[in-house]
Amino acid sequence: MAQYAILIYEREAEGGQAAELPPEVLAAHEALPGRITEKGGKELGGIALEPSATATTIRGDLVTDGPFIETKEALAGVFVIEARDLDHAIELARMTPIVSGGVEVRPLLGLDFSGLTS
Amino acid sequence: MLAATVRVTRDLDAAEEAVQDAYVQALTRWQRDGVPAKPGAWLTTVARRTALNVIRRQRTLQAKLPLLLMDADDGGSSGSEGPIPDDRLRLIFTCCHPALAQEAQVALTLRLVCGVSTPDIAHAFLVAEPTLAARITRAKKKIASARIPYSVPSASDLPVRIDAVLTVIHLLYATGHTAHSGENLVRDELTGRALDLARMLRPLLPSEPETAGLLALLLVHQARRATRTDADGRLLRLEEQDRSRWDRTLIAEADRLVVGALRSGPPGRFALQAAIAALHAQAPSYAETDWPQILTLYDELLRRWPSPVVALNRAVAVSMVDGPGPALAVVTALEDDGRLAGYRYLPATKADLLLRLGRHAEAAQAYRAALALSDNAAEQEFLQDRLSRTPPS
Repeated sequence: MAQYAILIYEREAEGGQAAELPPEVLAAHEALPGRITEKGGKELGGIALEPSATATTIRGDLVTDGPFIETKEALAGVFVIEARDLDHAIELARMTPIVSGGVEVRPLLGLDFSGLTS
Repeated sequence: MLAATVRVTRDLDAAEEAVQDAYVQALTRWQRDGVPAKPGAWLTTVARRTALNVIRRQRTLQAKLPLLLMDADDGGSSGSEGPIPDDRLRLIFTCCHPALAQEAQVALTLRLVCGVSTPDIAHAFLVAEPTLAARITRAKKKIASARIPYSVPSASDLPVRIDAVLTVIHLLYATGHTAHSGENLVRDELTGRALDLARMLRPLLPSEPETAGLLALLLVHQARRATRTDADGRLLRLEEQDRSRWDRTLIAEADRLVVGALRSGPPGRFALQAAIAALHAQAPSYAETDWPQILTLYDELLRRWPSPVVALNRAVAVSMVDGPGPALAVVTALEDDGRLAGYRYLPATKADLLLRLGRHAEAAQAYRAALALSDNAAEQEFLQDRLSRTPPS
């Protein structure tokens, strides 16, 4: 099995505050690990991030307020899965509940993240 | 052979090297022992064994489990029959995976499925060789690191994927069909390979009407191929081409495919394009073409595929059904739309319509605009000729 990071990008409310997530989206997030297992994959771990307004960027010696890249959709969370191949990973990533934005699927670089537990 | 080897290695570079190595081994072994009964199978077996050995060495080096050997054994232990078409098809679907940029899909298909060299592909796409080589390397790297599977996608993914595959084969044909330069050899090679691929796809995905549509479209182009230029290499328009020299066998084959594709449900864009091309091919002369039917097909094509190029081609059908005036209105609207700015066929079409309306000064101006946009010698000569025949106002 190969390992992939699913990066979740969501649109934020004005001023970089997290948009309120509808209860059904929250419920879908909670159900996700089980659904991934049903489809023959495995969620190795996941992290949710505070809104981008809370981010601090360090570029060289310069420390500044805000996220590294200003976009309409901000990185809201990451989870790591095991999948057979990219097609399988895409199938699993498609189940991510999204309000307004999308996900990015990235293969992990040769490291073993099996130690991560969800 | 490459396809059969990739199935074992799942690494395109390793597979290419193993195949080359097998040829080198054949040179010495066959000289000594004679040519084996099935040279193709011999080469494939050697290439796959070499590739496996390389993989085993790499794996031991990295102290990792040889994950892939299981797969290789269950798919390839009876591999003495040599590469089967399915293998090539898997390779095509790998090259045309939607996770790769379309330009990379075409380049990879040309390189790995058609065996066209990197400099030739760079030449066909008018990009610098290092740029193209980097593009191919990047795509190969993504196939390996993201683990793009070496497989024909499942039925549910097929509708999306087949479109990429058909588009690439169509682009492949177009690359050979439209002269970027005078090197006819390369062009024939590309159109021939595209036709082979379309033929191969057809029986393997018989339930997909667009595979029939694409094959039919390529067959009609191929049937008219010899008449596209005159003896001096000058471009001939459809109305000037010698219809008696069109290949009737290919056109009849295309007709059968088009009819089948149109019967099996709402037609896709390739089936519709093929139906239009087939109607042109069936007409005894340009004037006797079934223009109303062609216009209907264009209307449907534009609904399914709202491309400004399709809209421009439709304008020609409009001119034949409703006259040059209404067609000019369509072309003018397209001009204002702006998406075809720089597309030389827009001013060329406009010029022809203006000429038919007797607006000679404007026609000459439009021909000059088209000339300024063309890099192709045959086309420039054609436009120059049209311009010189435009009466002074």
